[in-house]
Amino acid sequence: MKMAQIVIVGGGLIGTWAAFFLVRRGLRVILIEKGVVGAQSSGVNFGNLRLQGRYPGQYPLSLRSQTIWEEITSLIGDSCEFERTGHLYVATNEAEREKLEQHARVAEGHGLVIERIGRSELRRRWPWLGEGLQAATYSVRDATANPRVVSPAVARAAQRLGAEIVEHACVTRVRRNGGGFAVETDTGLVVSCASVVNAAGAWALSLAEAFGETAPMFAAGPPQFVTEPIPYRVVPSVQAVSGSVIFRQIPRGNVIFAGYPRTAADPVLNRAPVPPQKTLNGMRNLVRIAPFLKSAQVIRVWSGIEGYLPDMLPVIGESATAPGLFHAFGFCGHGFQVGPGVGAVLADLIADGSTDTPIEAFSIGRFRKEVQVSDKLAHEFDAPASSGREE
Amino acid sequence: MADQALDGTSKGQFVRVAARRGASLHLTVDGDPVEAVEGDSLLAVLLLNGRAVRHLEFGGEPRAGFCLMGACQDCWVWLSAGERVRACTTPAADGMAVWTDPERSGVHG
Amino acid sequence: MAEVVIVGGGPAGIRAASVLVEAGLRPVLVDEGRRAGGQGYRAPARNLDLDMKGLMGTEAAKYARLHGLFASLRERFDYRQGTLVWGIHEKTLHILADGIAGTMPYDALILATGATDRIMPLPGWTLPGVFTLGGAQVILKDQGCLIGNRIAFLGSSPLLLLAAFQYHKSGASIAAVVDTTPFSAKLTALRNLAASPRTLARGILYRAALRRAGIPVIEGATPLAIDGRERVEGVRIRYGRGRERFISCDAVAYGHGLKPETQLAELAGARFWFDPVFRLWLPETDADGRAGPDLYLAGDGMAIGGADAAEASGALAAHALLADRGRPSPGQEPARLRRQVGRLRRFQRGLAQAFAWPVAQAAALPDETIVCRCEAVTAGDIRAAIRAPLGPREVNRVKALTRCGMGRCQGRFCGPALQEIVAAACGEPVADVGRLRVQAPVKPIPLHAASELEQ
Repeated sequence: MKMAQIVIVGGGLIGTWAAFFLVRRGLRVILIEKGVVGAQSSGVNFGNLRLQGRYPGQYPLSLRSQTIWEEITSLIGDSCEFERTGHLYVATNEAEREKLEQHARVAEGHGLVIERIGRSELRRRWPWLGEGLQAATYSVRDATANPRVVSPAVARAAQRLGAEIVEHACVTRVRRNGGGFAVETDTGLVVSCASVVNAAGAWALSLAEAFGETAPMFAAGPPQFVTEPIPYRVVPSVQAVSGSVIFRQIPRGNVIFAGYPRTAADPVLNRAPVPPQKTLNGMRNLVRIAPFLKSAQVIRVWSGIEGYLPDMLPVIGESATAPGLFHAFGFCGHGFQVGPGVGAVLADLIADGSTDTPIEAFSIGRFRKEVQVSDKLAHEFDAPASSGREE
Repeated sequence: MADQALDGTSKGQFVRVAARRGASLHLTVDGDPVEAVEGDSLLAVLLLNGRAVRHLEFGGEPRAGFCLMGACQDCWVWLSAGERVRACTTPAADGMAVWTDPERSGVHG
Repeated sequence: MAEVVIVGGGPAGIRAASVLVEAGLRPVLVDEGRRAGGQGYRAPARNLDLDMKGLMGTEAAKYARLHGLFASLRERFDYRQGTLVWGIHEKTLHILADGIAGTMPYDALILATGATDRIMPLPGWTLPGVFTLGGAQVILKDQGCLIGNRIAFLGSSPLLLLAAFQYHKSGASIAAVVDTTPFSAKLTALRNLAASPRTLARGILYRAALRRAGIPVIEGATPLAIDGRERVEGVRIRYGRGRERFISCDAVAYGHGLKPETQLAELAGARFWFDPVFRLWLPETDADGRAGPDLYLAGDGMAIGGADAAEASGALAAHALLADRGRPSPGQEPARLRRQVGRLRRFQRGLAQAFAWPVAQAAALPDETIVCRCEAVTAGDIRAAIRAPLGPREVNRVKALTRCGMGRCQGRFCGPALQEIVAAACGEPVADVGRLRVQAPVKPIPLHAASELEQ
């Protein structure tokens, strides 16, 4: 039996960042990943480091996380294509503009600088935007990075500091072992440890349930596509308030798109389908918001297996039933930006016993009562009554 | 079968060896006038008159297509309103204005 | 009445359509091309003064017969030319025609999507003037053009000699024919090749004709590089006992046999297996081309077999479809076709062994060599990613981290070499390093294609 202070289950963004921050505190960490690090939604998400429009209670975590992103090269020796692109949140009507204003006030309350942009300024500064846009808010501190390379880069940095990263081993059982835990895997590896971090993403429930806790998590992924490379024009990440279009262009020229409604994904079969009709709808929506892209060509589609919860908030924090077990999963499609912050918070909790960053709203215990179902469930996912065909 | 190229030395990569009878087409390539015959593919027109159909986005090296059958996607060019066409599978048409450089096709603003 | 759709307008698709039409069905034939015939049996334009009989020799009769068949059946099926199938989902084809996206539901599907050339990257292979062997033939048949003024033919497979011979007959100036396969390898596979003596004899005739014309035919050569600054200026090879030679030319026709275009089969749900003879992942089918419920594959898009096998397997798949729908074809025709297809595909396996894909060339590629021509990813980029701690050991992961295979062609041309380079760098058998997963659209589609749709 191997010994470690902490076993991290899951090698996505959360697990690898947690490994990095924990090992930096001098703790002995083993991360166990069933496949290869960052292969799931951590590696295929849109890549937005968005600060606008977040759940108000998440801002302290989010801002702490952004500071880490901004220092990523000095922290882990790899920029992961981090770019401070800024983020344009666009509205097509008065109701949407109101929503933008609400988001802006919340963000400003947490110290962010948000510019309100009216119609003519929008056309002047970003002339490639379509006619139908009424207003926008622009947040200069928002950024983007390449999700494909982040988890492996963070894992390598953790390895260099002494963390052990084990791939191709699936955790089959976690049980109490004295004051700590014994973690068993399908390769015969067994580790005895004091703390366990459940960062298993869409696969995290079986571990929670082994200790009598659960969350009503379901797996889904947004339809995404990428175009061929075209001349670089669009610097900020652009998002319609309605969620119909989120897009960004990378300096190489490809335009990346994500949109709603999301499609149910299957963590057992490891499938995240993209119904072609959703690709077509996304293409149409993108052309409306950025007409100059009309002749650009889509070359590939994909989606990911993301864990969602009905209140559209993640689970972060110590288990209510098993002290020493820490949950960090179900990031509802917005985990990329907060990933480093969550890793740092987990390190605080495990090393110090507490954290200054407020995370009570994300406790797994909240599901013992009824939670407020987010209205995003109605607008951003396929209707449950449908067979999976949307629109 | 012709023993030599019908029009003498080719100013481009390709060499015509079979005469094509048909309507004359007038196109421009990067602004320069070029003649073709009805039935010519756009790629044939480009390479009968030149040596490259585009420049790679990464580093600018010239490209002149590769598979000639619509599989490699290395011969996409632009028309005047910014439309994208794959030269090897697109017939040349009278009045076409072809651009081998997106910045010059005038569509991006 | 069931909607039967055939994708592909080459010999396999045309034969499948003809069997279905004779059985009283009215299938839809979706053809990405504008004129039926696919690649190998391309119908040249009527206004082109091309001596097809001279070019195609003994194949000309078959060619005429196939086009005659197509013309005679034209009114009895629904021919959708210029139509790309870009996606398949829940028994619906997603198509693009005239820049507008559409859908085509089907009850049963026959995929006859053909093949394209298999390429081993080489320093300089992306230079203007380098084209595939198949492409060199297509531009001659379809456009009456040669790929250059002075042409080197390079690679392996019977296509090499055939293409060189066709160019020679068309008046091309050929600098050399460079075959990477040593003559000895061809001899050892002779047993299988003898199964189709006509093809074997043709190869010998072509070589003799080329040599008589003073064209060097060099066998067992290793290509080192294609040289040139902005375009092809020559090919450097090594042959014999370490002799090096520079062959001056302005065009290269290059290829190592064919590989099936299997993207639609994958989207339609076919499973894949690794064929160690071809060193390719191929769709699993039974002897008649069944690949799944209501899914049939035929022709070179399923397994390389050549034009005769394409015709026979197209017919065979159609017979299988009819039998599965309770209308078995009377007589011995399906059994005869099955035997013919089996024999021709066995012959191709023999050819694949004789004209071996130069695996060792992949491991020996200099680091600076471009492997992914769409994204300019080099062999060195791939190897560096693999060598890094927690480096990838599987091709999709390599793709995610290096961008190899992420470009417009979505891995069609770099895929085979990628798997060899990854296998060599990881020290793993090539069957164990995975295969590039396919996603829609199988070819690029413009954003505006969706804008004409109803809300």
